[in-house]
Amino acid sequence: MLVTRGFKGRRREGDADRLRLPPGQFLTPEFPVLTTGPTQHTRLDRWSLALQHGGSLLGKWSWEQFEALPQTEITCDIHCVTKWSKFDTRWRGVTIDNLLRAAGLAVAPTGFLMAHCDGGYTTNLLVADLIEARAMIATHFEDLPLLPSHGGPARLLVPHLYFWKSAKWVRRLAFREENTPGFWESHGYHLRGDPWREQRYEGDR
Amino acid sequence: MIDAATAAAQWRVATVTAIRAETASVKTISFDVPGWPGHLGGQHVDLRLTAEDGYVAQRSYSIASGAGTSPQIELTIDAVPDGEVSGFLHEELRVGDQIEIRGPIGGYFAWSAEYDYGLLLIAGGSGIVPLMSMLRSRDAAGATQPARLLYSSRGIDQIIYRAELDRLAAQTTQFTLTHTLTRNAPSGWTGERGRIGRVMLTRRQFTPVGNPDVYVCGPTAFVETIAEHLVAMGHRASNVRTERFGPTGAIRT
Repeated sequence: MLVTRGFKGRRREGDADRLRLPPGQFLTPEFPVLTTGPTQHTRLDRWSLALQHGGSLLGKWSWEQFEALPQTEITCDIHCVTKWSKFDTRWRGVTIDNLLRAAGLAVAPTGFLMAHCDGGYTTNLLVADLIEARAMIATHFEDLPLLPSHGGPARLLVPHLYFWKSAKWVRRLAFREENTPGFWESHGYHLRGDPWREQRYEGDR
Repeated sequence: MIDAATAAAQWRVATVTAIRAETASVKTISFDVPGWPGHLGGQHVDLRLTAEDGYVAQRSYSIASGAGTSPQIELTIDAVPDGEVSGFLHEELRVGDQIEIRGPIGGYFAWSAEYDYGLLLIAGGSGIVPLMSMLRSRDAAGATQPARLLYSSRGIDQIIYRAELDRLAAQTTQFTLTHTLTRNAPSGWTGERGRIGRVMLTRRQFTPVGNPDVYVCGPTAFVETIAEHLVAMGHRASNVRTERFGPTGAIRT
């Protein structure tokens, strides 16, 4: 550990907050927007969500059909790889468990998945990180429809991983036989991205 | 043999070799980083500051210096109000101090000489920093394709790298520089005035002709607005690369 001469630190969170912050993160009350390109605007009457495995379609929902699926609300802390964390964010949407159920699947067909989004963004995930109520397709934030700049109409929410995994404007979940890197994972970021292990970049353990 | 990813993830002890003021609230800090693996224009680093009691703060900052493998790198840092880390870097840091750095990080908002296409750069405030790194990289690489920069500042005294940008623009017709001032323009000012909008973008030839690569960096609302204009003007969304920083300074507090 190298002590930085003269550095004391001002943004001291209380002890309870410090325990909730993964290493290297700081707490913010704001909700910064970080996107690689322009915000996507998808009309609800053109929106659909598909579940795929190889060439076969396992399920597909229009906006109306998707909104009719069982809704779940979760309150969670979120952690961005650019160092900000935000506590107690409240979301509503459809859990991946309920999505699989709606597609008539008792279990996921493979252990890996690629999320595909409007604008071409992709991110890879372990199915184990998505099931058992750990993740959802979120459509509402704090009781309001999710804004386009925050990923609306629907984004993935995988709060226990760095937030680039919670892909904005998600449209398609494709099961894969292998864990191949998505967009940021091909640009130097970690394949899994667990904030508690500080898996920010490709070279992190 | 250490692969590039492992090298970039490794914390290194950097020594401050120079600090210079760019504007009243912006400083450039030069570091000597032994073992620096090299970077592309537009990439960033993480800094890690540790207090005596073990308290740690980390932040990301864009690299200002041009691409290459030199162990001398520069960061240009805006003192954000109440910024825990930028405040320390501005007020406490001295030449000879040591600080932990790792990187380079981010391979997307980056310019490489292998992709020498027409380039459109749009900066708001300290959003100029990664774009300056790209311009310096282009200059060093002898890039042949035309580049344009539209740079929005509040006033003339807030323009970062003003003299160097003028020099780059004067030495080649391949680089076209336009400033816009959003608050106060001095009398006789011949640049643009006011916020960047679609009319200004068109007037300054930030059009999709030739399918240029577009990089936009600045505050969230600035980037959001301009990216929407660019797409409406016909730029392919996939050609528009953005980096946003919010009021809390997601990318550089």
